[in-house]
Amino acid sequence: MKILPPVSIEARRLLPSGWDLLAAMLVLGFIILFAEASKNLMGPLSGISGQTLSLDPRLLPGYAVRTAMRMLLAMGVSLLFALPYATWAAKSRRAGTLLVPLLDILQSVPILSFLSVTVVWFLALSPGREFGAELACIFAIFTSQAWNMAFSFYQSLRTVPEELEEAGRMLGLSAWSRFWRIEAPFGTPPLIWNMMVSMSGGWFFVTVSEAISVGHTNIALPGIGSYIAVAIAQKNMTAIVYAIIAMLVVIIVYDQLMFRPLLAWADRFRMDETAGDDAPESWALTMYRRSKLMDLITTPFDWLMKWSYRWQAPSFGIRGAVREMDSRVADVIWYAILAALSLYGGWRIWSFAQAYLTWGEFGEAVGLGFLTMIRIMVLILLASLIWTPIGVYIGLRPKLSQVVQPIAQFLAAFPANILFPFAVSLIIYFQLDPDIWLSPLMVLGTQWYILFNVIAGASVMPKELRDAGDNMGLKGVLWWKRLALPAIFPYYLTGAIAATGGTWNASIVAEVANWGSTTLRAHGLGAYIAGAVAVGDFRRVVLGTAVMAFFVVVLNRIIWQPLYWLAERKYRLM
Amino acid sequence: MSNLLDVINVKRTFPRGGGEELLVLDEVNLSLKDGEIVGILGRSGAGKSTLLRLIAGLARPQGGQLTYMGAPIHGPVPGVAMVFQSAALFPWLTVLENVQLGLEAQGLPSPEIRSRALAAIDLIGLDGYESAYPRELSGGMRQRVGFARALVMHPNILLMDEPFSALDVLTAENLRTDLIELWLGKKLPIKGIMMVTHNIEEAVLMCDRVLLMSSNPGKVGSEVLIDLPHPRERTSPAFEDVVDKIYVEMTARRVERMRQAQGAGNIAMALSHVSPNQISGLIEALAAQPYDGKADLPDIAYEQELEVDELFPVAEAMQLLRLADVEGGDIKLTHMGKRFADSDLNERKEIFSRALTTHVPLAAHIRRVLDERASHAAPKTRFLDELEDHMAEDAAEETLKTIVSWARFSELFSYDDDAALFSLENPT
Repeated sequence: MKILPPVSIEARRLLPSGWDLLAAMLVLGFIILFAEASKNLMGPLSGISGQTLSLDPRLLPGYAVRTAMRMLLAMGVSLLFALPYATWAAKSRRAGTLLVPLLDILQSVPILSFLSVTVVWFLALSPGREFGAELACIFAIFTSQAWNMAFSFYQSLRTVPEELEEAGRMLGLSAWSRFWRIEAPFGTPPLIWNMMVSMSGGWFFVTVSEAISVGHTNIALPGIGSYIAVAIAQKNMTAIVYAIIAMLVVIIVYDQLMFRPLLAWADRFRMDETAGDDAPESWALTMYRRSKLMDLITTPFDWLMKWSYRWQAPSFGIRGAVREMDSRVADVIWYAILAALSLYGGWRIWSFAQAYLTWGEFGEAVGLGFLTMIRIMVLILLASLIWTPIGVYIGLRPKLSQVVQPIAQFLAAFPANILFPFAVSLIIYFQLDPDIWLSPLMVLGTQWYILFNVIAGASVMPKELRDAGDNMGLKGVLWWKRLALPAIFPYYLTGAIAATGGTWNASIVAEVANWGSTTLRAHGLGAYIAGAVAVGDFRRVVLGTAVMAFFVVVLNRIIWQPLYWLAERKYRLM
Repeated sequence: MSNLLDVINVKRTFPRGGGEELLVLDEVNLSLKDGEIVGILGRSGAGKSTLLRLIAGLARPQGGQLTYMGAPIHGPVPGVAMVFQSAALFPWLTVLENVQLGLEAQGLPSPEIRSRALAAIDLIGLDGYESAYPRELSGGMRQRVGFARALVMHPNILLMDEPFSALDVLTAENLRTDLIELWLGKKLPIKGIMMVTHNIEEAVLMCDRVLLMSSNPGKVGSEVLIDLPHPRERTSPAFEDVVDKIYVEMTARRVERMRQAQGAGNIAMALSHVSPNQISGLIEALAAQPYDGKADLPDIAYEQELEVDELFPVAEAMQLLRLADVEGGDIKLTHMGKRFADSDLNERKEIFSRALTTHVPLAAHIRRVLDERASHAAPKTRFLDELEDHMAEDAAEETLKTIVSWARFSELFSYDDDAALFSLENPT
């Protein structure tokens, strides 16, 4: 199964187009709208703030269950978002031009920015009670999970084999049943893989999303994330160890009861029959399959789906023809709506900038953006230098890969906050410069994407190609230069693109580290946004977010996209 | 003078689950002399490619010795070059860069690398394609690059691992004749060729000597000398005689072994995957003119455009089911086989079902177990475990897969892949 990077790579154009600009204006406009409106909503928050979470380890299982349930709910919401969104983007030429760049932008907006401008809204839903806070938390997790799932499904839909589509049409399947019987199954294996990635992303930000702290709003929802936050505030090392154990258990349970069975089940939908691939197995799936209870639960859904296929008449003739609604009227309406929205967004941004921003502040944010960018580039470079050789070594040994994969998967989910105690203590003890030594925390979760993908690339390197290299006596530098590195290059790139995007996001939790009352701060855009969120300065939140989105999207376009196409053209294995 | 290559008592095993070892090659002995083309002929799974990889120094034997010009082989040897089935070109390098790569690895000076590479490209007929990338080339041209890449090393031994099998018939023949012409004209910078193939005619066309390998474990069974002058005519009686002889050698022993297992009611008989459709197809072809129930194996292989690897398993399955007799290089429909050919689908299913229960011990065994159980169902693992006591995991999987497809066709019993369960129920 080929894993594509979670950014729009299908357009071969270099520079951001008008659509990117429009998408950016829409996202930014709405963030400003929310931010400004939420200023008037302050107030109803005192009820649930202030209470401190107990660090009693006996309460931890309860917290773990609550965190796990939130993750599950957020995953469900992400699916509900990703499937229709991706389908709309893939099916409608008109919508696709906007929705795809929109995903690029949404993905580059850090989770804290989403959270900070929406939390008051959610709290206002049920003043004084936890319900609103729960919603805010689930929304935060959602924003760390949904985008790459949508991307993955979109990319699958774009690559559904023509013949399958045509067969479906010849059989007179309606659009609805084509989706469920052809397109959705085809997109399922990569989607599940991305759900696993998303889950790790959710864990990485678990403290931020559970222990919400925006301006005067301080909420700690009972859960592992808040537990970690409190443990850090109280400098309680034992509690942190407990939290790690609880996290490990939840991740293993998720893996065994949900993702393994899903992977094993979805194996039937794989179109590419790569030889030598062992079908994934899962004891849980076998159990589900043999259980009568499971049958009882799923049968009604089966019936419902079957009934829904019949609900629409078979679509032959005109109804079944490929209809692109390219009537002039529809076009005019669509573009009119877009123009109106962009005018509104532009006006919002303009008046916001007029009222609050100076060139000096803008320059400051851009400068910090450059600092963070340099940090990220250096880190990705270092991570590549370390993980590429290791990944190749592991990938060429199938037995070893099987052991390493789940470990790396757990490490990818490891929240940076857990390492704060060590990082802060070490930096203070050795009197190090936080600008440099806090940086490794940024790639803590994301470096594994490089490792994953390099392992995947090395493991699919054809045996005959390796034999040919050996037969010709390729060794050392020549072996790396002519055989190993080119062979894994496309895979490495996918990993590096995902890692870079993730690292930008991670900078908001990694450029500022707390341990008890000590706070270390690196100079960078992540710390800038985090600081603005902490004091509730929406002005700077918006500015920082805009600058970050700009950096991420432009870098994708001018560095990653050309490299990706070079890889596709030249280094693709036949 | 010593041989170019000697393989003495070589043994090779692969690790299996549970600390056991699977014997792939055992007591393999062979040699390659100066000026010789030797073919290694065998069915898939006979360990031919494994043997070639041992000779190339790409893998190590667990026992025995391999020597190249008298010196033991411990790893890839500069004097031994290999051409791969898929050509195994580096897609990111141009034709010229691909050919130069091996010389670069030897650290030769650039001018020499260039001139030798160009000479090899010229020799193999790739002039003008130097700057092309492999993906721009057709399969035949790609394999030519594979040859050039091996020849540029000026090896003493050229190893070829089914180099023509991925090509279409015309391209393959074209490349074969070109290669033989170069070899006979002494234009190739090599002293001996060893090629692995499953194509009997190809072996007879090119080789001076053919070694027949038997499977489980792979051994060199017998040797056939081919003393025909070049260029060889596929249609000449002498050529056909040699081909016939090889067919007889290759089928006789397996058929004999199968009869024994069948007679003893031994369930642990490895079956290669053959679908009922293939069996029906071959039976229909045999029953029709010009064969009228009996055919020479090489003839029917040629006329039905079947590779030996495709024909043998089907013929053997028919032998096993007693739908045909395979003897002396011929295949002849039995009485049942003829009735099968004349029947409609339902009668065919019945004939097949009866053949399964009477002649295939494993199928009969599964049916018996299902009949005896109250639930009329049994998990796959039950039979898989039984088989794995006697054969490798892959072979056991394939055997069961074959039985499943036969049983489904004949409606003897059914199998649910989701639950990995054999049962007597058929979905209504």
